[in-house]
Amino acid sequence: MSAAALPRMRYVWIVGVFAALVVMLALGLRLDPSKVPSPLIGKEAPRFELPRLQEPRKTFSDKEMLGKVWLLNVWASWCVSCRDEHPVLVEYAKREDVPIYGLDYKDKRADALAWLRDFGDPYRLSAFDADGRVGINFGVYGVPETYLIDKRGIIRYKRIGPVTPELMDRKIVPMMRELARE
Amino acid sequence: MIPEIGQFALSLALAVALAQSILPLVGAARGIPGWIALARPAAQVQFALLALAFVCLTYAFVTNDFSVAYVAMHSNSTLPLVYRMASVWGGHRGSMLLWTLLLGAWMVAVTLFSAHLPEEMVARVLGVMGIVSAGFLAFIVFTSDPFARLFPVPPNGQDLNPLLQDPGMVVHPPMLYMGYVGFSVAFAFAIAALLSGRLDAAWARWSRPWTLAAWMFLTLGIALGSAWSYYVLGWGGWWFWDPVENASFMPWLAGTALIHSLAVTEKRGSFRSWTVLLAICAFALSLLGTFLVRSGILTSVHAFAVDPRRGVFILILFAALVGSSLLLFAVRTARIGLGGSFAVVSRESSLLANNVLLSVAAASVLLGTLYPLALDALGAGKISVGPPYFDAVFVPLMAPAVFLMGVGPLARWKRASLPELAVLLRWALAVSVLCGALLPLLLGRWSPLIGLGLALAAWVVASSVVTLRDRVRHAGSAAGAWARLRSTPRSWYGMMIAHLGIAVFIAGVTVVKGYETQKDVRMQAGDTVELSGYTFRLIGVSKVQGPNYTATQAQMQITRHGRTVTTLYPQRRVYTVQHMPTINAAIDEGLMRHLYVTLGDPLNATTWVVRVQYKPLVSWIWLGCLVMALGGLLSATDRRYRVAATMRRAASSEVAVTQAGAAR
Repeated sequence: MSAAALPRMRYVWIVGVFAALVVMLALGLRLDPSKVPSPLIGKEAPRFELPRLQEPRKTFSDKEMLGKVWLLNVWASWCVSCRDEHPVLVEYAKREDVPIYGLDYKDKRADALAWLRDFGDPYRLSAFDADGRVGINFGVYGVPETYLIDKRGIIRYKRIGPVTPELMDRKIVPMMRELARE
Repeated sequence: MIPEIGQFALSLALAVALAQSILPLVGAARGIPGWIALARPAAQVQFALLALAFVCLTYAFVTNDFSVAYVAMHSNSTLPLVYRMASVWGGHRGSMLLWTLLLGAWMVAVTLFSAHLPEEMVARVLGVMGIVSAGFLAFIVFTSDPFARLFPVPPNGQDLNPLLQDPGMVVHPPMLYMGYVGFSVAFAFAIAALLSGRLDAAWARWSRPWTLAAWMFLTLGIALGSAWSYYVLGWGGWWFWDPVENASFMPWLAGTALIHSLAVTEKRGSFRSWTVLLAICAFALSLLGTFLVRSGILTSVHAFAVDPRRGVFILILFAALVGSSLLLFAVRTARIGLGGSFAVVSRESSLLANNVLLSVAAASVLLGTLYPLALDALGAGKISVGPPYFDAVFVPLMAPAVFLMGVGPLARWKRASLPELAVLLRWALAVSVLCGALLPLLLGRWSPLIGLGLALAAWVVASSVVTLRDRVRHAGSAAGAWARLRSTPRSWYGMMIAHLGIAVFIAGVTVVKGYETQKDVRMQAGDTVELSGYTFRLIGVSKVQGPNYTATQAQMQITRHGRTVTTLYPQRRVYTVQHMPTINAAIDEGLMRHLYVTLGDPLNATTWVVRVQYKPLVSWIWLGCLVMALGGLLSATDRRYRVAATMRRAASSEVAVTQAGAAR
């Protein structure tokens, strides 16, 4: 190779980097940015032991729930969508086979209690996650979120955003029934 | 009928753009004067056709012609006239039309202010811009026709997104696009220089005013976008490191580096290949920004005008334009000499260091913006990269860059003396260290970041004073000093002012981040809340009717030490057409502080969640940007660029060509 041709190769790597960028963007175009899968589905729910919202002296731990199929609903009094979701939860909480437990996420106790007083309390009980540690372990992405946890403490389903009556009827309640039979 | 005229004008513009992108370039390569001479008229005709198309679309909006699908999607007969006109760029198709219209405007500007350039250079520059324009026009005509008709004709339109119904939004996209598109001129000059093989000081001097003008518009555009999110989104944030904000910030960083690199290339002939690469990168990042926003590849609060099918087209366009430029760069830079040498301590080295810092900053924003996408594309899961990453990366990169900003203007070209610089700058350094150590204590709280921020702001101001004094040091008398200052070129003042703008900006960011306070409270009529010495009293909440919305409005009286400061009226609006609720915060603005009140959700019939915020110096953030843009304006209109431009009127173009040749 002649000396004059050598420096020509110097900047070819830039073209290579750019080509890689374009390939990545092309792959990215085929993805749906609004879909958020949960890495926790099919895995054991994170361990936690938190004070209860109504009775701060007592605690609530995931261990107490082993052997039961239950819903963990992450909520907060500051969350706007929780307010839309709330009547749905209150409605389904009346049913014996849909036990809903709350995780009050990054909230103030007084606000949370007032909220439940004003709008009704669908939860068998709520754990109080003041600093949001447990929520982070669950990978809370946006409040509200709902987790379906089976008898062995494994997360089987996760919903980001408010649950709707359709979702409860078509997906969550049938799944809970099936899991209860296992 | 009118929309069809617009459609026809667009197709014609595409044909003209194709001719403009082929004939002048071939003419310049083969030396065919007739083809070279085609460049100017082609660009002007193209602009006229684009302007006609734009006027036709505006007409459709003004007359509420809902048979045009784009109008039906983005307007409504109840929408106020000014917003109907701004709706032209409220959606994807119209914003692409605006993009090409502005590209046409820049092309016409090149035809008008290029009399001092060699004709083949002008032909090449306009030819390259013609290629860009042809690509985007093909994109509009084949995938995003703004004039497409809709049957059956809907009785009314779907309205403009309420978040865009704001004066800031009327001017933000044109400014931002002026900046984005403006970098195409510097890009076209760089490609033209690569094609001709003449990458010299004259090329740098020709590119500089264009780059400065584009940079000025981009600065204003970004500032307007930031102010919009502060005023309109209702939560008092002014920068979110949102992918689309990053998309506008990356070309700004590259453009800033380019301005400085061009200065070195013009004055000293150094950094040529680096400068050319920056010119390509600044425009490539502008195109990438357009791609990211228009393809909807990233989720973002800005995704107002998204259609994934179009992404493929823009990606191909992006890949073809940037890929071929980089290839040309890789092949041709072997021929470019390195230019004058310089010592480790010199103005060149400080500018080079700053350039590297700015480029690394741009690259790290690119990384943070695309990393989630890359992981997702590799199937490695979804993550988001947020402010903690950007804050962690930015402060360590920008602190030394700002420090060098103080040193660079004082350092001599080629070789500077470190002891001399130290003597010159010791007072400035002492002042800034003192400011960093003591000012925060006066303001109430010291932390390392606040100290650093205020020290840097003070450093920029103090070192500017030193630079100004150094300028007149050997003048002898006051009259001599005045004469020296008068003979100093305007671009030098532009630089100093832009640097002071950075100081104002840094002070604003530091103080607002360090001392802002906020409270979220539940309030009933008559309740009060105290914040940073101000008392906010909720007088009452009432219903208000707007032209195309209904609102719940709170009346909030603010007092300080018993004296009334102001009364604010924050609202929650529901826009009747789209049923979209918006939060319209009320702000008491002042140079030293903003009071920001947001009416939140109702808890019951009489109780509301209210957020009150105290934001010291927040307006300095945008004031700083304004000052920077002013600096850019002064530099871009420096005499030595204007002299070259006015020569066109005085002399024939042949003479001008010789002049430019001699200047080289």
